Amino acid sequence: MRRKVYMTAGFNTISMGTGRKEFNPKKSRPGLEHYIKEAGQGVVSQIGGAAHIDETVVGNFMAARFNKQAHLGGFAGLIAHELEFKPSLSVEGACGSGGLSLISGIRSVLAETAEVVLSLGVEVQNTVKAIYGADILAGAGWFANRKKGHAYFFPGQFSDRAGVYYEKYGFDYARKGMCRWFVNAMENARLDPTAQEYHNTVEDLEGLYNKMKPNGASFVDHLNVLDCSKVSDGASGIAIVSEEGLKRIGISKADAVEIVGFAQLTRNITLDPPNPVEVTTIKMAAAAALRNAGISIDQVGTIETHDCFSIAGLLAVEALGLAEAGKGAEFVAAGHTSRNGSIPMNTTGGLIGWGHPTGGTGVHQAVTIWQQLTGKAGNAQIMLNPQKPYGLSINMGGDDVTVVAIVYKRG
Amino acid sequence: MNYDERLQHVSVMGAAGKMGSGILLLTAVEMADLSLKPENKGKSFVLNAIDLSDEGLAGLMDYMRAQVLKIAEKKTVWLRSVYAGREDLIENYDIIEQYINDVMRIVRPTTAMEVAYRSTLVFEAVSENKDLKVKLLKQIDQNNPHKTWFFTNTSSVPIHIIENEAGVQGRVLGFHFYNPPAVQKLVELIVTPNTTAEARQFALDYAKAMGKVVVPSNDFAGFIGNGHFMRDALHGINEALELAKNRPLPEAIYMINKVSQDFLVRPMGIFQLIDYVGVDVVQFIMKVMNPHLQNEDLHSDLLDKMMELGVKGGQHSSGAQKDGFLKYEKGAVVAVFDPTKQTYVNITDFQAGCDEYLGKLPEAFVPWKNAVKIKDKDAHFGPYFAAMKTMNTPGAAIALRYGRNSDAIGRKLVADKVAHNEQDVNTVMLTGFFHAYGPINTYFN
Repeated sequence: MRRKVYMTAGFNTISMGTGRKEFNPKKSRPGLEHYIKEAGQGVVSQIGGAAHIDETVVGNFMAARFNKQAHLGGFAGLIAHELEFKPSLSVEGACGSGGLSLISGIRSVLAETAEVVLSLGVEVQNTVKAIYGADILAGAGWFANRKKGHAYFFPGQFSDRAGVYYEKYGFDYARKGMCRWFVNAMENARLDPTAQEYHNTVEDLEGLYNKMKPNGASFVDHLNVLDCSKVSDGASGIAIVSEEGLKRIGISKADAVEIVGFAQLTRNITLDPPNPVEVTTIKMAAAAALRNAGISIDQVGTIETHDCFSIAGLLAVEALGLAEAGKGAEFVAAGHTSRNGSIPMNTTGGLIGWGHPTGGTGVHQAVTIWQQLTGKAGNAQIMLNPQKPYGLSINMGGDDVTVVAIVYKRG
Repeated sequence: MNYDERLQHVSVMGAAGKMGSGILLLTAVEMADLSLKPENKGKSFVLNAIDLSDEGLAGLMDYMRAQVLKIAEKKTVWLRSVYAGREDLIENYDIIEQYINDVMRIVRPTTAMEVAYRSTLVFEAVSENKDLKVKLLKQIDQNNPHKTWFFTNTSSVPIHIIENEAGVQGRVLGFHFYNPPAVQKLVELIVTPNTTAEARQFALDYAKAMGKVVVPSNDFAGFIGNGHFMRDALHGINEALELAKNRPLPEAIYMINKVSQDFLVRPMGIFQLIDYVGVDVVQFIMKVMNPHLQNEDLHSDLLDKMMELGVKGGQHSSGAQKDGFLKYEKGAVVAVFDPTKQTYVNITDFQAGCDEYLGKLPEAFVPWKNAVKIKDKDAHFGPYFAAMKTMNTPGAAIALRYGRNSDAIGRKLVADKVAHNEQDVNTVMLTGFFHAYGPINTYFN
C-alpha cells in the first residue's frame, strides 16, 4: 500500500424482511431513499458531520428493477446537504456491489483524490414477490443462460454445485456441515439487534434443518430454504479514510481498522465455473489479498464470507485454505467456524443469518469486521486471539464472478 | 371420448356465482394444463362461463385473472418445464403472464346459454331451485347433439329427480363442491342407478386432478353434508328455544352459539354457521329436503320468522359476513338479533351472566384452531369430554346432548344408507366443515 488507509464509523440499518417481527409484507415499508439516508447519516453522526466527507460511493445491484430507480449517486445530497456538489457515484457488480463500493473508496484514498470517503451499500428487495425477485437477481448471471436456468435461478446455480459436492463427498457428510453452518448463522444473528434473524427463537435448529429435505418439485433439487439467504431490505455505511482523514474526523486509530491488503478479481461471466466444487475466483482473490497484506490465513482472527447459500460457506472454507478440498464440511461440522471456534466466521450471522440486502452486503461485512476488531460488536463480540490481529472479508457477485477480498488489521 | 376430449368443450352455468366462479377457475386451470400437453397441441379447448348477469361476468373475469396469477406464481417451477420450448419466454414473469393468457383464452364469458349446446360437459351451479335446474338441463340436452354429461352442484335436490324430469338418463351426477370450491378439498359425488360407469370414473379422475377428496354419497335429499348440517342446525335452534323459555331469546342464541363453538371445539358456533351459509339458504335447503324425509320434520318457525323480517345473513361480495342471527364487526360477533324487538342486543349487556350460567370449560380445553392440529384426536378429546361429563353445569349438559345428537345424526345417515359408512360421514364433516373430530365417535357415550 502506497499510503495508509483506514475504515471507521461503520453503521448498519436493520436487515428487514421475513423473520423480523416488525415486517409485514402487506403493509407499505420504507423505500430506497430511507435506507440510503439512515445508513449515510449513521456514519456522518460518528465523524463530526458531512462537511468532512470528500466523496460518496453507493454500492447497489438492481434498484433499477426492484425500485425502478437508477442513478443512486444522486442521493448523496439527501443524506446531508454538504454532500451536494461533491463527487458521488454508484457502482455495480451484482451481490459484490458493496465490496466494489469499498474498493472504490480505498482507491480514491490511495490516489490521494480524497481523504474521507463515505462508502455505502444498499438494496431494497421486498418490493416484489420472491418468484419475481428471482428474475431480477438472475441478472447477476449471463442473461443468455436465464432460459435454461431454474425458476429460482441462483438457488438453482448453487444447488447444482451442492449436487456435485454430495456426489463427490457424500450427501449426509455434506449436509452435516451445511446444517452446522445454518445453526451458527442463526445463533450469531440472535446476538445482533440489526440482524434479520435477531428474533429467531427456534430451539432445535438442527432438528428443523434436518426435517426439511431438499425438494426439487417445489424449490431446488439439492438445497432447502434454510440453506439460502433471505430476501432483505437494508443498507450499511462506513468511512474510508487516510491518516489525515482520521485527524480531520477526530477518530483515533484504536477506533479504526487499517486496510492492509485487498484484491478485486472478475471471472468471465459467459463461462461456467471451471470447477463446480471450487469457488475459484474467491480462492484467487483471497490469496492475492493475503499476499498483498504479507500475511497467511493462519494470522486471520475472524472472517466474513459470502454465504448466500450454505454450500458457498463450505466452498469458501476450502478456497481460503482452512480445509482441503472436500474437507470443508467436516471443518465446519467440527465447530471450527463457530463463534468460539479456531476461526470464527460470519459472527453476526452472515448472509443467511444477518440478511442479504444484495448491494449492501459487502459494506455490512466490513462493518462487522470493524466492530469485532475494535471491540464494538456488543453482544456479538468474539474473543480475539492477540496472535491473530487480522480480519478478512470476501464479497462475491454472481456465481463466483466478481470477488472483493479485503484484509483488515486493528488500527 | 377420453378424459382430455371430454374437457375440450365445457360450460359452467351460473359461472358468476360463489360456487360457479370457483368451479370455473378449477376447470379453466385443468383445461389449460391439458391444452399445454404436447399431444394436445393444435386442439381447441373452450370453457363457456354462462351467467345471467353482465356485471357478474365482468367481476368474474377480474377474479379469474387474479386467482390464475396466484396459481401460476405457485407452480412456476413446473411451468418453466412446460414452456421450455418457447424461446421467447425467458423470465418467470414472462412465463406467468403467458400461463394467465393460456388460461384466460379458454374462458368465454357470456349471457347466452345457447353456447352450451356444443359442450360435452356442463357444470350446473345455478341457484338451488329444482325447477330451474330441470328446465336448463332439458333445454340444453334437447339442443345438444353430443349426449352431453351434466354435473350438478346441487347440495340438496335428489339427482334422480333431476335426471327423470330433465330426461337425461344416465348422463347426470351430483358433483357437490364445498364453499369456496377453489379452497375446500371436499367433493360429494352422487350418482343415480342409471349413471354410467364412464361418467362416474371421469368424475373421479377430474376430482383427483384438482386434488379433491371425493366422498361418495347416496342419492338422498341433502346428501351427507347438508344431511348432517341441517339436522344439527335444527337441534341448535331447538336448544335455544328451550333455553328461551326462561331467558330472553338473544341470550339463549348467544349461549347455544358459544356451547357449539367452544364446548364442542368447532370452528364456529351453530348460529354463526347458519349466518355464514345464509339464513335464506338454510331455510331453502330444509324446504327442499323435508318432503323426502319420513318421520321427521325438518323445519324451523324461527328461520321463517327471520326471513319474514328480512334478516338473512350470507356474505357481501367482498367476502365479509352480513348480519344475521348475529351482528359482526370486523368478523367478530358483537350483538345478537332479538326477533321480538327487531333489534340487535349487544352481547356485552349479558355476556358475563350467560357465561357464568353455562359454567367453565374443562381444563383440558384447547381452542379449535390448535385442536385441529392435534395428531392423536382420541387421546385429547376422549379425556376432554370425559371431564365434561363430571361437570355439573348447564353448559356441559347442553354440549353433551349436542354431541350425542350430532353422533346420532351421523349414524342415522349410515343407517338410512345416505352414507356408505361412518368413515365417509366423518370425512365430510372433517374436510367440508373443518370439524376437529368426526361426529361419529365414542366421546359422548
